[in-house]
Amino acid sequence: MKIISCIKPVPDPASRLIINESKTWIKDNDLTFVASEADNYALEEALRLKEKHQGDVAILSMGGDEAARVLRSGLAMGADRAIHLLDPKFKGADEFAAAETLAKAIEKDGGADLVLAGVQSDDLGTGMTGVMLAEFLGYAHATVVIGVEADPAAKTLKVKRELEGGINETVELPFPAVLTIQFGINQPRYASLKGIMAAKKKELKAWSAADLGLSDNLVGKPGAMYEVKEVFVPERKSRVEIITGTAEEAAAKLVEKLRKEAKVI
Amino acid sequence: MAKEVTELKKGGSFLIEETAKEDVFTPEDLSEEQKMIREMTEQFVEDEVVPQQEQIENKQWDVTRNLLRRCGELGLLGIEVPEEYGGENLDKISSMIVSEKLGRVASFAVTYGGHSGIGTLPIVYFGAEEHKRKYLPLLCKAEKISAYALSEASSGSDALSAKTTAVRSADGSHWILNGEKMWITNAAFADMFVTFAQATQGDQKQFSCFIVEKDYPGVSTGAEEHKMGLKGSSTRTLVLDNARIPIDNVLGEIGKGHHVAFNILNMGRAKLAAGAVGGSKTALNASIAYAKQRVAFGKPISSFGAIKQKLAEMAVRTWITEGMVYRTAGLMDRRLESVDVKDPKQVLKAIEEYAVECSILKVFASEVLDFVVDEAVQIHGGFGYSAEYPVERYYRDSRVNRIFEGTNEINRLLIPGMLLKRASSGQLPLHAAVRSVMDEVMSAGIGNEPSGPFARERSGVKQAQKALLLVAGSAIQRFRDSIRDEQEVLMHISNMVMDVYAMDTAVCRLMKNSGELHADVVSTFMNDAIADIKFSGRQVLAATGDGDTLRIQLSALRRLLRWTPVNTVGARRRIAEHLIDHGVYAL
Repeated sequence: MKIISCIKPVPDPASRLIINESKTWIKDNDLTFVASEADNYALEEALRLKEKHQGDVAILSMGGDEAARVLRSGLAMGADRAIHLLDPKFKGADEFAAAETLAKAIEKDGGADLVLAGVQSDDLGTGMTGVMLAEFLGYAHATVVIGVEADPAAKTLKVKRELEGGINETVELPFPAVLTIQFGINQPRYASLKGIMAAKKKELKAWSAADLGLSDNLVGKPGAMYEVKEVFVPERKSRVEIITGTAEEAAAKLVEKLRKEAKVI
Repeated sequence: MAKEVTELKKGGSFLIEETAKEDVFTPEDLSEEQKMIREMTEQFVEDEVVPQQEQIENKQWDVTRNLLRRCGELGLLGIEVPEEYGGENLDKISSMIVSEKLGRVASFAVTYGGHSGIGTLPIVYFGAEEHKRKYLPLLCKAEKISAYALSEASSGSDALSAKTTAVRSADGSHWILNGEKMWITNAAFADMFVTFAQATQGDQKQFSCFIVEKDYPGVSTGAEEHKMGLKGSSTRTLVLDNARIPIDNVLGEIGKGHHVAFNILNMGRAKLAAGAVGGSKTALNASIAYAKQRVAFGKPISSFGAIKQKLAEMAVRTWITEGMVYRTAGLMDRRLESVDVKDPKQVLKAIEEYAVECSILKVFASEVLDFVVDEAVQIHGGFGYSAEYPVERYYRDSRVNRIFEGTNEINRLLIPGMLLKRASSGQLPLHAAVRSVMDEVMSAGIGNEPSGPFARERSGVKQAQKALLLVAGSAIQRFRDSIRDEQEVLMHISNMVMDVYAMDTAVCRLMKNSGELHADVVSTFMNDAIADIKFSGRQVLAATGDGDTLRIQLSALRRLLRWTPVNTVGARRRIAEHLIDHGVYAL
């Protein structure tokens, strides 16, 4: 079974985030980057599938040094090899441009039986890249996955998805497929010391836009479908209102306000 | 690391040479793998050890044993064990990283060290091939837990005077051990004990080391000690009542137990220091967080100078110690690159080269930790005295670091003792350096001043080196060989040696990674260290001479240690504001 697991580097959640001068993003040059949390669940799922069914787990990430860093961590966790999409032109990509770039890389690598990604990223959290990636690749897909059973012989997958309101569903998909993995599907392993030392010797190749045959207008900012106009810290508003009257009257007024003004009940 | 620098630094050479910054490994120089090891250990501690700390402190040994097993899965138990016996055989810097990160959870760190350090390494370095094959793979996975049994009720620092005896059985198949070993870490759940006893034949007593398995007849443990701190680590006596130990279980040679006992202490001391750095950072982080949220007189207490001064000084000393720990590990690793790692003798010799530095680390780091936890309690006020806040535990857990792995007094005496030994065996040209400083100060000159970047800091280090050599030289002249009986003098000299190593390391680290805040840290530390060096120097000189000689020497000392004070009030404020801004130790 050939599995490719996608990893997005995001600022360490413990970082202090400061908005940049142009207010289009955060100042990210001094930050430490880690793998987006959901992507760790995806990689762990990939490693477990490999342990069960044999095969090859490649990891794929786009970005500068920060991507190399999360790839090395992924190799230390147990991935077999890594592909680093490294090109200054990739900078400024939105989900659409990122998905097209990732898709081209997966095609260049000869495709996969299964592509895994986190359900959403820790920074933007739109949850779109995985689905778009499936579309670019022409693969089947399932989102918010909380359980995976693969049958490599039959080339099918049985996947459990989480729906709203505490309901789950099971769907069957053929290979090749893209799955976006929900938080908490498993307990991601730590890289062991042996894994860390072994990571050095594993393959880590870098591909540029040219290597992928992607023209400049399809990658990075020019390839993006939208533009961030402003990043801001939401204004904190608090309003205090003291409701007078007897307990019964006050309770009635409170219910009324919660229902009509605050619209929370 | 720069391998072009071919010359290996001699242990103790920081006292007589100007150190090139390239020769100092700093925490900023960690490799990608070392950073991953740091993150992995940090994550393991955060996710698995910290949430179970209450059970650990309540002596739920199954929790502790499981965590040791998890350490085994992650490879943390075999860092210094060769690969063919199931270990990883990594560098000493990585070993320090792991010890530092475990320092956050003191009880478990001691359990870990008792097993993977002093419980395992004697077998790595002194075990026969069969011992290594039999025990090491199990120890690396924590399928067997080990402990180290050296002290007795009546012998601690003077461990070689142990009373436990080992006599050969009539049929020659066993050693029969009798006695009681004390303060045995991990005793409650250990499966085996690296045990020291006097192999006795008639009147002849030979200090020796044995592997004692718990299931051998006549082996038992006493009741749990009621300790001040580290309540989550087991400490009991090991009772040997006609214990029958197979004849092949001698570790090393009969009569050479002291080799085992002393040789593993160097790494033990260095790792203790690394753990103390981790403990210091933990207590400091708790203090920063508390000071930011505790309001007094309508303001967070972190906005008051009295608190800022404390936070800054805690951070300064932690940063200084951290530098010393990684420098020393870096020295060891450089030296280990040139030896056959499969030959334990060569490995131990390479580590022993820096025995002075290891003793310095042990004393310095344990005292910094005690300072930091004390201030942490103070910052927390009444809450710091309550078990509801973790600093109360940090305070109790810290104290024993000044006692075990060789008391700070023993180590303070060892530092000058070992330096003098190195000098007389020709390994360190200390006497020549003393003579040259004596000549120089008597001729009223103070030699060439360093120039260029960081001239002031480098000059401060150089002058402190000279001050030390002047003072030590005067003590040696006065007491000659009987100096070893002048413990008070030796302890003062030790304090000076430690401050020189600290300053030298700090200045090199600053030169390598200069930043304004680090410059504040270094100048704040040097300001006080030079005053301390002057204080110790004056005590020694006054004890070694009088009249005109004393007057001349005191004036030379004053001249050497001329240092215009820096504005440490401003520097500490800037350091504190950085800490408060980041919310954690982030220097």
